[in-house]
Amino acid sequence: MNTIKIIAARELRGYFATPLAYVFIVLFLALMGFLTFSLGGFYDRGQADLIPFFGFHPWLYLILIPAISMRLWAEERKSGSIELLMTLPVTMFEAVLGKFLAAWSFTAVALALTFPIWITVNYLGEPDNGVIFAAYIGSLLMAGAFLAIGACISAANRNQVVAFIITIVICFIFLLSGFQPVLDFFSGWAPQPMIDAIASLSFLTHFNALSKGVLDLRDIVYFLLVIGAWLYANTIILDMKKAD
Amino acid sequence: MIRADVLSKHYGSLVAVDGISFQVQPGEVLGFLGPNGAGKSTTMRMFAGFVPPTSGTAEVCGFSIEKQPTEAKRLIGYLPEGAPSYGEMTPRSFLNFIARIRGLSRRETAVRSEDMIERLNLAPVLDQSIETLSKGFKRRVGIAQAILHDPPVLIMDEPTDGLDPNQKHEVRQLIQSMAADKIIVISTHILEEVDAVCNRAIIISQGRIVADETPSTLINRSRFHNAVTLKLDRKTDLDDITQQLQDLNGVEHIEVSHKTCTVTAFPKSDASILKGITDLAAIKDWPIEQLKLESGRLDEVFRTITTADGAA
Repeated sequence: MNTIKIIAARELRGYFATPLAYVFIVLFLALMGFLTFSLGGFYDRGQADLIPFFGFHPWLYLILIPAISMRLWAEERKSGSIELLMTLPVTMFEAVLGKFLAAWSFTAVALALTFPIWITVNYLGEPDNGVIFAAYIGSLLMAGAFLAIGACISAANRNQVVAFIITIVICFIFLLSGFQPVLDFFSGWAPQPMIDAIASLSFLTHFNALSKGVLDLRDIVYFLLVIGAWLYANTIILDMKKAD
Repeated sequence: MIRADVLSKHYGSLVAVDGISFQVQPGEVLGFLGPNGAGKSTTMRMFAGFVPPTSGTAEVCGFSIEKQPTEAKRLIGYLPEGAPSYGEMTPRSFLNFIARIRGLSRRETAVRSEDMIERLNLAPVLDQSIETLSKGFKRRVGIAQAILHDPPVLIMDEPTDGLDPNQKHEVRQLIQSMAADKIIVISTHILEEVDAVCNRAIIISQGRIVADETPSTLINRSRFHNAVTLKLDRKTDLDDITQQLQDLNGVEHIEVSHKTCTVTAFPKSDASILKGITDLAAIKDWPIEQLKLESGRLDEVFRTITTADGAA
């Protein structure tokens, strides 16, 4: 446990040693604000909730999270520091989890910095803060799932740009499988259980449930399982490819 | 003790390490020699637990690197080839990170870091990010990282690569100062380094051990061992002197270089020809500028061994 903490702390400090962290946070907050107020019509709706805000999270994550995750392992492999890390008395699992937790904490910080919008909506009206809290939890879990996918892809590629693009594609598939137009495409001919199965694999389905304020254990478990599965794949890929 | 037992590593059809076995005891400083791609780094990586062997076993103080990797890694200090580290960190924060992950207490960390900083002269760059450091400093940060926890086993892949002659000398002294009770394995391209710091040399070629001796016996293998080289003042006497040397007792054959005006006399096996030559030179009053008894040339031995194996 201690080792995981040390690895995560080192990694997290590494983000803030380069402009990457600041660029990411500024971009994230700026885009979030723009999308919520302009495209989401936050004021025009005249409702005291954050539905337009959270509605954009999956799509913003789709672009921004791979930008964080792409360097996780690709950079270690490129610079050769992976050889150092893997020859320290550290297990593969500790290294994978440590680096993932660092990236996840970082996105948590970025997400937490959106707090002014929560204050704004409370100032303007009387929103259901329970719903907003649940949506934040859902958003964080979804970010974790995106990151776990990205970490795994990053371990498989030495090239960060390639890792970035492949991660976007895979995350896009995970998102789209719950997107209504896609489900409509299947609903014409596929049996209902199959449509349900496709939809249930989607981040959108589970995130939408959480962002409506329903902290259903199944949705939480879903995201944790996705994270676990991709991190497990991450350790296997790393074990195979670390020395290539 | 560290032990390799028919250790092999295959990359697809390429055989990088081909069933090598050896043991190293505390107090031994083992130099790994070999051409590029001979399998030196791969062997070291297998011991460090970075590359899993295809077959065979590597053992560090009784711990199998495959079955008990964490226990084994705790006992090893490892400097990977090229001394990679985290570029955005400073040497100070990097050493702190290594100390914490190796489980050193706060006091040990302070004492050991201080020692490393002093021994490797890292003080001027402590708070500069590692990526901005010169090659020599980067290498020394890597060495500091490897010996920070005072490991009983030290494995260093080209520890003096990129250092200037003074720094090389210091690092060699550092290695020698730790040699008494540690197992030290270094790889190098610099043959004089083997002579300077190692008390045992293993030459690897095409994944196999082709020589495993002390550096001095290795040198004795040289055909130059006990040969005598004369450098003359003028070329005019060269042919005459060559002829007289040829007739001298114990001389096997002569090699002449007109360009440098030198003659080298090679002795018959175990014969000593130095006295015969100096006596003759004194009597005949040869115009000798330089006279040298060769102890042997390591690079020549290296070339003979590694290329003979390549031909086989």
